[in-house]
Amino acid sequence: MPQKPKAVALISGGLDSLLAARVALDQGVHVEGINFYTGFCVEGHTHAIRKQDRARPKRNNALWSAEQLGIKLHIVDIIEEYKDVVINPKHGYGANLNPCLDCKIFMVDKAREWIEEKGFDFIITGEVIGQRPMSQRKDTMPVIARDSGAGDRLVRPLCARNLPATLPETLGWLDRDKLYGFNGRSRKPQMALAEKFGFEDYAQPAGGCCFLTDKQYSVKLSDLWATRGTREYDLDDIMLLKVGRHLRPRPNFKVIVGREEGENRFLEGYRKRFVHMIPTSHTGPLVLLDGEVSADDIELAARLTARFSQGRDAEQVTIEVKQPGGDARSLDVVPLTADEIPAGWYI
Amino acid sequence: MSTTVVDARNLLCPLPVIRTQDAVVKLQPGDAVQVLCTDPGVVYDIPAWCRVHGHEVCDINEQEYEIAISIRVGESGS
Ligand code: SF4
Repeated sequence: MPQKPKAVALISGGLDSLLAARVALDQGVHVEGINFYTGFCVEGHTHAIRKQDRARPKRNNALWSAEQLGIKLHIVDIIEEYKDVVINPKHGYGANLNPCLDCKIFMVDKAREWIEEKGFDFIITGEVIGQRPMSQRKDTMPVIARDSGAGDRLVRPLCARNLPATLPETLGWLDRDKLYGFNGRSRKPQMALAEKFGFEDYAQPAGGCCFLTDKQYSVKLSDLWATRGTREYDLDDIMLLKVGRHLRPRPNFKVIVGREEGENRFLEGYRKRFVHMIPTSHTGPLVLLDGEVSADDIELAARLTARFSQGRDAEQVTIEVKQPGGDARSLDVVPLTADEIPAGWYI
Repeated sequence: MSTTVVDARNLLCPLPVIRTQDAVVKLQPGDAVQVLCTDPGVVYDIPAWCRVHGHEVCDINEQEYEIAISIRVGESGS
């Protein structure tokens, strides 16, 4: 018996990639999934940091998709290489800091490297023409195929009939008549196909698959870049943007205030990197100071910390201030009043 | 037989899964792996990852803030 053709499917955890992989599986293709972790991905678990969310069952949607399909899923850490995509997108950003077109090209390129290394034949994505304004347009589809180097080894089973025939179609591995011709923003064809396959309870992320499409998140990332004077970032930087309240009282530093126990515990993991403070006379948050701070800045941050503690109405709150090296001292401060915290401090 | 320990403490999902996967690639069927984690999401993700790759989860030991998951590598490798 001839060997089955082998394909890797980009699995985001959303419905479209789940359907695309299933369409190829149904045509007798051996499919394995690949999922790229950029550091910005929206995970069901991102909120698991927060204690109140700990009890809720969570799942990784990409793994869930793989289980539904009965295929292997390879999760690949691309945090380092992805920085260049975020910092210098050749095709620019979408509505926020989402470099969707460059991101797609990059991921398909990584998948191309993967199939070449593993001896697989082609790549599947769940893209649909017209579904997303930046990366899924009729004119961007060939750009992704070309710039990734995948060429006609890139198949989009959900809209293949609106595109030129790909290698797997011309070689007869995939029957073009059994692929689809979805087009436009409507989700109805996908939902109907999901029903046909018996998929229920699939994830329906609003907006996009990562935090870069989120306005608030993008504002925080822009602030980080602007105040540092460089767009370089590391994983801790972008993780911390997902946690706590961020306020910038002065240009040279910002504070990250834990909103509840789970966040405080998460922020504790960063004590070796930042000056940090915690109220000792009253219950209150752990606060990290990001930036070069003077004694005056520390005093202001301590008063702010006191404001977010149970002692906000007390005459005085004691705050323990610790240097990243461990040196600690106590400060007695008067909490800031609500009026003393301008809305503009909030990032 | 020795156990490979993967220290994924203070990492958020899916990094513990990725670290586990990277360790398992280098091992043989039957080998033992213990993953130490702090993100509660791992109790869903690591078993799910094991199921799709055919590895066996032997034990999940959940303390208040630390979780240890013991795995036996399955036949298909990674
Ligand atoms: S939403 Fe994020 S992960 Fe998805 S294509 Fe755009 S940049 Fe890439």
